[in-house]
Amino acid sequence: MARTVAPPIAMLAELTHRCPLSCPYCSNPVEMAKLDSEMDTNTWARVFEEAAALGVLQLHLSGGEPAARRDLVDLVRAAREAGLYTNLITSAIGLTERRLNELDAAGLDHIQLSLQGTNAAMADTVGGYRGGFDRKMKAVEWIKQIGLPLTLNFVLHRRNAHQLPRALEMAQEMGARRIEVATVQFHGWALKNRDALMPTREQAQLVTQQVAKARNTLKGTLVIDYVPADYHEDYPKRCMGGWGSSGLNVTPDGQVLPCHAAQTIPHLTFERVQQKPLADIWYHSAAFNAYRGTDWMPEPCQSCDRKTIDFGGCRCQAMALVGDAGATDPVCIKSPHHRALQDRANRHATSGDAPFVYRDAPGAATEPAE
Amino acid sequence: MLAQEVPTLPRGVRLHYDKVRENWVLLAPERAVTLDQIGHAILTEVDGKRNFGQITAALSEKYKAPQDQIAEDSSGFLDALRARRFLDVM
Repeated sequence: MARTVAPPIAMLAELTHRCPLSCPYCSNPVEMAKLDSEMDTNTWARVFEEAAALGVLQLHLSGGEPAARRDLVDLVRAAREAGLYTNLITSAIGLTERRLNELDAAGLDHIQLSLQGTNAAMADTVGGYRGGFDRKMKAVEWIKQIGLPLTLNFVLHRRNAHQLPRALEMAQEMGARRIEVATVQFHGWALKNRDALMPTREQAQLVTQQVAKARNTLKGTLVIDYVPADYHEDYPKRCMGGWGSSGLNVTPDGQVLPCHAAQTIPHLTFERVQQKPLADIWYHSAAFNAYRGTDWMPEPCQSCDRKTIDFGGCRCQAMALVGDAGATDPVCIKSPHHRALQDRANRHATSGDAPFVYRDAPGAATEPAE
Repeated sequence: MLAQEVPTLPRGVRLHYDKVRENWVLLAPERAVTLDQIGHAILTEVDGKRNFGQITAALSEKYKAPQDQIAEDSSGFLDALRARRFLDVM
């Protein structure tokens, strides 16, 4: 292989697929890893060391709900000892005051807290977990007291898009330095809920305007990262910053993926950290090299001047929508499927009050040992 | 950045030597900023105690360069970090 491959910067560690919430947009695969296949503390600690040696700087501890792991504090300690910047991506369900203090002492760098809605009625309906919002708000008080840096992640869709202004206020009240306004991405379970979740084109435009305005008025106070509703866009997202270019994902049972949805691409096979060093997998595995760089691209991507801007968009989305992971992301205006996708997005968006299809029990919702 | 302002790295933002890429980076929530020699030199002086004027005086002494030139160069750098919430000012 002639081209040089840069080392990864970020690793997403999916510690478990178990979660007390059952969000209709869950990005975990439809077939989830079982509890008894989850890697143990020592194996994860070794993976963290291998990741740091490979060049990973940022570690995201995610799930499922990572707080469902009884060894979460030990995992954070191991990650910091490996030299990684350690971020916990959580709904806060399962984080008690004592546990947050232990995470603080173990060296946790940052918390990214998900927000399903700005009040209990919305948040608990979306999360499918009664009392979840109140527990989250309680945890926020403890996070503030401890002083752990906080980012709020507001997952936005047709049902809650109108709550964006309040979400921005809440982020400030919580002392968050940053908020992610993330329009639902349709992967995994979310594909089953496009009728219920797809924002209308008008909503998407309004949100874009609100974000632009808030970025201006909140400059230096609150940083806003924004993921627009890409079915309504004309150019695709720069998915993962390019396949196999900056990030990797490890599943609860040790499979190493170029992105969290890569298992939806049927011709790819994934290697495991139990069988091969992480560096070998990153540099040499067929899955990581499948869509790396630009050589794999078909037309219209190959001759497009945006090919190193968006890398042809999202491979998993091309797979899900046009049945070919090597196709141009149909979000792109140059894709022959672009018009059909826009019509489809509008049909999803005008499906009225289509009910949520919840995940049925994403693993037993275990509480941490106290 | 004004001479009397005291810059400080808030919790969750820290300097880190990247052994793989052999350079200094500023690690922040879900971000890593590669630092050049000048950026690293400035941030190693940021201790949450000394004000911007004292910092540029120290850099001027250390690198034998005019203080106003250093203030001009580093002010933009620090203001950009501040806008991203990677730097607090007291």
